[in-house]
Amino acid sequence: MVWTDLCASDDIEADDLITLEYEGNLYAVYHTDAGEYFCSDGLCTHEQVDLGDGLLMDHIIECPKHNGRFDIRDGSPKGSPVCVALRTYPVRVENGRVLVNLAS
Amino acid sequence: MIDILAPLRFPSNRDYSLHGTARETAIEAGLASADWYRTPVDRKVMKELMKRSDGPALRDTAIWIALLLLTGALGVALWGSWWAVPVFAIYGVLYGSAADSRWHEMGHGTAFKTRWMNDVVYEFASFLMMRNSVVWRWSHSRHHTDTIIVGRDPEISLMRPPQLILLVLKTVGITAIPSELAKLISHARGKLSEDEADYVPQTEWHRAFLVARIHVAIYAAVVLACLFTWSLLPAMLIGLPRAYGVWFLIVVGLPQHAGLAEDVLDHRLNARTVLMSAPVRFIYSNMNYHVEHHMFPMVPYHALPRLHEVVRHDCPAPCPSLFAAWWEIMPALLRQLRDPDYFIVKSLPPSANHQAQP
Repeated sequence: MVWTDLCASDDIEADDLITLEYEGNLYAVYHTDAGEYFCSDGLCTHEQVDLGDGLLMDHIIECPKHNGRFDIRDGSPKGSPVCVALRTYPVRVENGRVLVNLAS
Repeated sequence: MIDILAPLRFPSNRDYSLHGTARETAIEAGLASADWYRTPVDRKVMKELMKRSDGPALRDTAIWIALLLLTGALGVALWGSWWAVPVFAIYGVLYGSAADSRWHEMGHGTAFKTRWMNDVVYEFASFLMMRNSVVWRWSHSRHHTDTIIVGRDPEISLMRPPQLILLVLKTVGITAIPSELAKLISHARGKLSEDEADYVPQTEWHRAFLVARIHVAIYAAVVLACLFTWSLLPAMLIGLPRAYGVWFLIVVGLPQHAGLAEDVLDHRLNARTVLMSAPVRFIYSNMNYHVEHHMFPMVPYHALPRLHEVVRHDCPAPCPSLFAAWWEIMPALLRQLRDPDYFIVKSLPPSANHQAQP
């Protein structure tokens, strides 16, 4: 399993997310209030909007354009207008770095 | 689907359908699903503004429902006397106008923190407005993607030239029920118009048909109740308020985009913020802050006055009153009758980012 170093864990405030580009693809990395980290594709599956300006509420990310919602744990759609799941990736945090398995 | 209002329209060379040449033109020009200008706002401030809570919407919804029940009950009690007229006038506005902004806020899912509360009020308000809750959810999603982009936006209320005959008929409630009911009946029969099929995903069609059948069944029950009691009273309570109470929505709602630019990627130029009194803002759920809402649809209605203060340095001066808004709009609409290319150019303050203008 190849783990890619995407960012420092303290780059993301608790209860927030950032999006960053890696090898031409946009990824969203989430840091929940409970201290967990998750990673998904960074574009909403509905209209390809950058999720970085969205709102994280527990395990739900809401798209900033049309308010579509996904569960960041498995990418499942949780509210219109999104119908297609968001791709998610395994994450681990080591030595203050967020490592993501982008090949999974 | 047959457009029953077609004979009342002024002829126009402009094609506002979602399947005509304007659609291709918009796509080729990069106006479809494009990046829109947004005033830069500090992430911490924006997170605070976007924060959800149930409190304000619970309070406002409870007041709204209580007023509906109170005026409805009073209307029934006074039925047959002239005193029922002012009571039903208020009931009608709470039904046929206030339900629109509830439909809108709950559709965005931002009013309540608890999702099911948004969904319940959304379905209720959709029914009051005679709107198919599934179709309109997708229609409004497209409106936010391609706001006032000709050939893409299904919610352009005032096209060019403005259909002023229809507008007057709509304001006095003559066209609302036939046109909305015709759509619902068509959906109940399992049909979507070509435009609706363009923005409603096929996976959602069966839900749209089911919702329409439920709505049509309720309206049929109301008609039967009228026949059974040989009284208009059941329809005065359910259905007809969509017609006799919609005037207020038109007065406060049309200034959102009326007379402004089409085919621009900057909400400061195609939307209008109008300052309104607290009672009107209650009925209209703060949608008078329309530039702000379009720029940041994640911000709940109760936080829009605060958002207005945050972004006002970058936006055109708001119209100071509804009267001022219509004073600006009416001459533009009259001019558009003979010059459909004319529109109001909103000027940005010196502190604004002018680079974003097309």
